[in-house]
Amino acid sequence: MIFFVKRAIKDMNGNRFINAVTIVTIALSIFIVSAFGLFFHNVNNLMDTWKKGVRILAYVKKHTKESQITELKDKIQATQGVASLTFISKEESLNQMKDHMKRQAAIFKKLKENPLPDVFEIQMVGIQQGMDDIEILATRIESLPHVSSVEYGQKWLGRFMTMFNLIKFSGFALCGTFLMASVFIVANTIRLLFYSKQEEIEIMRLVGASDNFIKAPFYVEGIIQGVLGGVIGVTALLITYLLISSNMEQGILVDFLSIRFLPIKICLGIILCGIVAGWLGCYLSLKQILKY
Amino acid sequence: MPESNDENTIIRMFRVYKRYGAQNALADINLDIRRNDFLFVNGPSGAGKSTLLKLLYLGEPVSEGQILINGMNLSRVSRKRIPDLRRTFGIIFQDYKLISNKTVFENIALVLEVSGHKSKYIQKKVKSVLRTVGMESKIDAYPPTLSGGEQQRIAVARAITGDPKILLADEPTGSLDAESAMIILNLLKEYHSGGGTVIIATHDKELIRSIRGRIIYLQDGQLQIPKAIEV
Repeated sequence: MIFFVKRAIKDMNGNRFINAVTIVTIALSIFIVSAFGLFFHNVNNLMDTWKKGVRILAYVKKHTKESQITELKDKIQATQGVASLTFISKEESLNQMKDHMKRQAAIFKKLKENPLPDVFEIQMVGIQQGMDDIEILATRIESLPHVSSVEYGQKWLGRFMTMFNLIKFSGFALCGTFLMASVFIVANTIRLLFYSKQEEIEIMRLVGASDNFIKAPFYVEGIIQGVLGGVIGVTALLITYLLISSNMEQGILVDFLSIRFLPIKICLGIILCGIVAGWLGCYLSLKQILKY
Repeated sequence: MPESNDENTIIRMFRVYKRYGAQNALADINLDIRRNDFLFVNGPSGAGKSTLLKLLYLGEPVSEGQILINGMNLSRVSRKRIPDLRRTFGIIFQDYKLISNKTVFENIALVLEVSGHKSKYIQKKVKSVLRTVGMESKIDAYPPTLSGGEQQRIAVARAITGDPKILLADEPTGSLDAESAMIILNLLKEYHSGGGTVIIATHDKELIRSIRGRIIYLQDGQLQIPKAIEV
């Protein structure tokens, strides 16, 4: 193996330009793929945070008696998917409102009666609830007696998730296209290198070299191109990320949009994609050339 | 194919034909070559001498007939086993066929590398074989910096380094001056005296006269009779 690696490095050194072009092309593809990865990873994180904050508010009908409210509380508590609930009476709600709107105190003085309803704040089981689960639970609670309406603040999150899934799908398709392009570029490079060494390969055959002996350095070359392209692409993204995040720290969006870099496992996965692209390019090329 | 009990036969050709389209390059070749033979395949240009050598190492497939080499039937050799067959031979070409961007050492070492030998053995063996052909000082040189005679000596070194059973030489002195040709010939004689089988395709009558060997004559792809003449 060391022998083939040495031969591959020597060959790459002898064809520096074409190898450099291939590595840069793979690096660019990997950069784009990992940039998408970074975007999806952060949007996923953001959505998880939003989902954690989703609470269902169940408003109680006016003139519901205290005993009925207790009964309702038990029913909600017994509903599948409910982790805990807090009862906020209409008086508590009004007081909280007054606290928040001290400057508009005059409005509250004119009120003849408390217009706010009693409300149950419901927290759900599990933090990774899908939007469908939230909606099912909300409908179930809404159908309970004495519940006037149900609200969950991030209703728009469902619509956003649908849109995000669409973007994610297009992103995957685009990443696939870029990786395929890398595969074909590697295949082309290997083909060019093969043809440039045709005389040498013919001599190798004459002295008894097997197909595997001839092919091995090309595979090593393809894999080295993939590794280097992958590492350069991910490193370029890391540098871009560091530049952007250091600028954002000075901005106002820092709390709302804290971007995190890809975890090491994903980075290694992306580099592995580069290696697979290198290997596959080589495989396709040699399969075609050595068909006879 | 006739049965032969002659264990001394290393190559047997039976009713061998080689066709390119409708044209016969070789026709009805029947030939036995014994171990430690020094055989000249003689004939004018285009007679089929090189083609005959190519058939032996499967550089070209046979169109019809059978060839047995060291008991191996070439028509039954799979593509995977061709490298094993070729390691039976050391081959020398008129145009040397050295890899120009590899050093003399690397060119010769290649034969041992493809057989999977260890680096230490390769180092030792290449130096020893270069000493045999008197080219030890050129170990790090690149072939284009050497003269024709020197390149052919390197080609001989490469051909014998794997200790092959048979040495095939296609016009080995064709592009050399008389002095260089003599050196090459002596190297081939040395290999032969060590027990090896040598087959030389040549149209050079001077070369044939200088060594005592068996001669076969090809004319228009056919073996002429009587074909075994002791010189």
